[in-house]
Amino acid sequence: MSASAFPPPVPPGPQVRAVTDEFHGDLLEISMGPHHPSTHGVFRMQATLDGETVVKLKPVFGYLHRNHEKLGENTSYLGSMPYTDRLDYFCAMTNNWAYALSAEKLAGQAVPERAEYLRVILAELTRLLNHTCLAGFLLQDTGASGTPLMYAFREREKILDLFESLSGSRMMCNFQRFGGCRTDAPADWLARAGQLVDGYGAFLDEFEALITGNEILLARTQGVGRLSAALAVSAGVTGPMLRATGVAYDLRKVDGYGIYPRFDFRVPLGDHGDTYDRYMIRVLEMRESIKILHAALREIPAGPVMDPKAKLRGFRPKPGEAYGRIEGPKGEIGFYLISDGGANPYRYRVRPPSLVNLTILEDLCLGHTLADTVVILGSIDIVLGEVDR
Amino acid sequence: MLGSGLLQGLAVTAKNFVGSFHDPARLTTTEYPEVRTKLPENYRNFPFLVSENAEDPMGTLRCVACQICEKECPPQCILIEKSKDKKPDAAGKLQLYPAVFDIDISVCMSCQICVEVCPFDAIKMDQVFEIATGERFNALLLDRHGLAKPNSYYHQIHPAEAAEVDARLAAERQAAEEKARAAAAAKTAAAAAKAVAAAAPAAPPVPPPSAAPPGPPNPGGSA
Amino acid sequence: METAEQLRDRLQAQFPAAEIAVVPNPGPAAQHSLLLGAAHARAVALFLRDDPALALDYCSNVTGVDWLQAGYLEAVYHLFSMARPQGGPVVIRLRTGNRTDQVTLPSLTPVWRSCEFQEREAFDLFGIRFADHPDLRRILMWDEFVDHPMRKDYVEPDDYEWEPTAHHEVLAKARPPAPAPPSGPPEGTPP
Repeated sequence: MSASAFPPPVPPGPQVRAVTDEFHGDLLEISMGPHHPSTHGVFRMQATLDGETVVKLKPVFGYLHRNHEKLGENTSYLGSMPYTDRLDYFCAMTNNWAYALSAEKLAGQAVPERAEYLRVILAELTRLLNHTCLAGFLLQDTGASGTPLMYAFREREKILDLFESLSGSRMMCNFQRFGGCRTDAPADWLARAGQLVDGYGAFLDEFEALITGNEILLARTQGVGRLSAALAVSAGVTGPMLRATGVAYDLRKVDGYGIYPRFDFRVPLGDHGDTYDRYMIRVLEMRESIKILHAALREIPAGPVMDPKAKLRGFRPKPGEAYGRIEGPKGEIGFYLISDGGANPYRYRVRPPSLVNLTILEDLCLGHTLADTVVILGSIDIVLGEVDR
Repeated sequence: MLGSGLLQGLAVTAKNFVGSFHDPARLTTTEYPEVRTKLPENYRNFPFLVSENAEDPMGTLRCVACQICEKECPPQCILIEKSKDKKPDAAGKLQLYPAVFDIDISVCMSCQICVEVCPFDAIKMDQVFEIATGERFNALLLDRHGLAKPNSYYHQIHPAEAAEVDARLAAERQAAEEKARAAAAAKTAAAAAKAVAAAAPAAPPVPPPSAAPPGPPNPGGSA
Repeated sequence: METAEQLRDRLQAQFPAAEIAVVPNPGPAAQHSLLLGAAHARAVALFLRDDPALALDYCSNVTGVDWLQAGYLEAVYHLFSMARPQGGPVVIRLRTGNRTDQVTLPSLTPVWRSCEFQEREAFDLFGIRFADHPDLRRILMWDEFVDHPMRKDYVEPDDYEWEPTAHHEVLAKARPPAPAPPSGPPEGTPP
């Protein structure tokens, strides 16, 4: 099948008029405002259009700003853990891990081996559910009204059921602690997780049969929103969006945090950096996650899941600072903690991948139509809980 | 040929559509509220206070108003005021109790930190979510009467956890009783030795009985 | 991977007029940082990015810190390298003169594009003005907002509309209502 039957998308170039301060009566300024089904949360794009083509686009956000960082300064280290669930609310387990990693770096706290395996299992399950959600949402944004989204959500429910039976809550898991995990995963939970992972490959095959070769998807996403590798690196883009441009930077390989060096997985890279590549990278990453999950579920050792010297209450790291980061499903999520020796951190900073990935939204959208803007935003994969904190 | 991807997708949709009539894996809807899914045992939503029995909930609360959960609660939705007097708890020891124990469940985010830090297994997570009220403020502030639920209810919703807590508390109680018995036995032995020393004034001074370490408890000995 | 002291010596040799000091980081994490003087910060940053041995082309995290006791604001940059991925972050810090009128620092957005939104956030929440930033305006708070919320001495204005609840008497006893907001905008807000 080829996309040659459809006209190619308008490339940016001489067609884009420079917007100056003069009054252009024929340019339309619209606000794809915070109440919008396709903006992935309360997110606003002030777009100036020449006909259908975008000539200027400014993202406006802050509608979900809950001053999480100030709350972090007024709450103890343990008390901030449930708040990290609510940053990127799809990926609670990885947010928890990033925060626990940074606090453990700050305090020099060790983590037992079983806890590290359990963290990897939960993080890869989170990656599966996040990328499944993204595939569903992206297709919803292109107008495939509901079907791929509902298939994706049906599969995601199985992972959420696993999280519910382990941590008590589907999304707001509050599961990692400084020095390990809150509770242990019983053997039957690991067996159910193994069953889910075994069936996930079949789901991905069916999903790809549904949509990956679909000509409408190809026409709407190939060549749309091209990002060059140089701009991506300079703009601090991380995660699947960076790897779609061809830069091989995956923190699981680069930092080798936790026990990731023990697992044998590949890092898929894209060629063009367009929307279709970003979508396909995520599908391929899901297949790699399945490999990691098989290995981790097979090799998880017995033992405690919490370091015996770790303190639940009264966690007071010595004065100092630390920046810890992990490869979350959306990119590099990092926590910068400054401790002054007290029960609360002196400075508690979240480095949100969605916010930094949005830096080049305007660059990607210039010259494309308004409909493409929705698809490009969908492929960046933002969650406003993280952008605004 | 152009359109083969579309046709392949339509075949998948057709398979799911036909499958939803006979395959439970394809149709995953349950007709709530007539049909309810079984919640996993670990599911948590809003805390409750455990009292030992249902007949006297306020008198048998495990909570001793130590206020640790109040300090650790991240959104600070718990309010505790200690009582002025003490009451005996399940092991017979005199403890304070909470005169006021309020949780504002419009603020509570069910994070379970209060449960984790409680040293007395007095507060546990409930599983209620069908608690919509008609009034926005007062009905969402639960006081200790609304929060107290008996231990039998705890066994009903979290059977494995409740069994483990009961076993641990019983073991702790037994260990405390053994220690009390040993201390009492040592005390009577010391008192007897003192009486013997007082009855023989010309005898050389005996070392004070308090210096002697208490012996092992008599198996089955009485206090 | 060179230590902070070695890096400082190399930078000092390259930029003799610049003020560069190592800020030691106590504690197990051992992520020491370099304190740069504002005058040569951008030149040093360009050198850090283009030096073939370091190739720090990825600025991951830009944040502001309010040191109330010490009396200045700080902008902290965490730099990594995608070209040479091994190694921990190189952390650079820029300090303002004080917290009231000397709050300007050079923007490093011309060096790393990722600083664009994060420097705007430091301006919005801390009040650090970044010179030569392409678009310095508030990002998370609304445009007409006054004051900078993440500062340690920020006082929340008590002008919310609220209905009394059963709990509000107790709350008033526990947390007395906030004092009145300061009249007029504080120094450092944009005109």
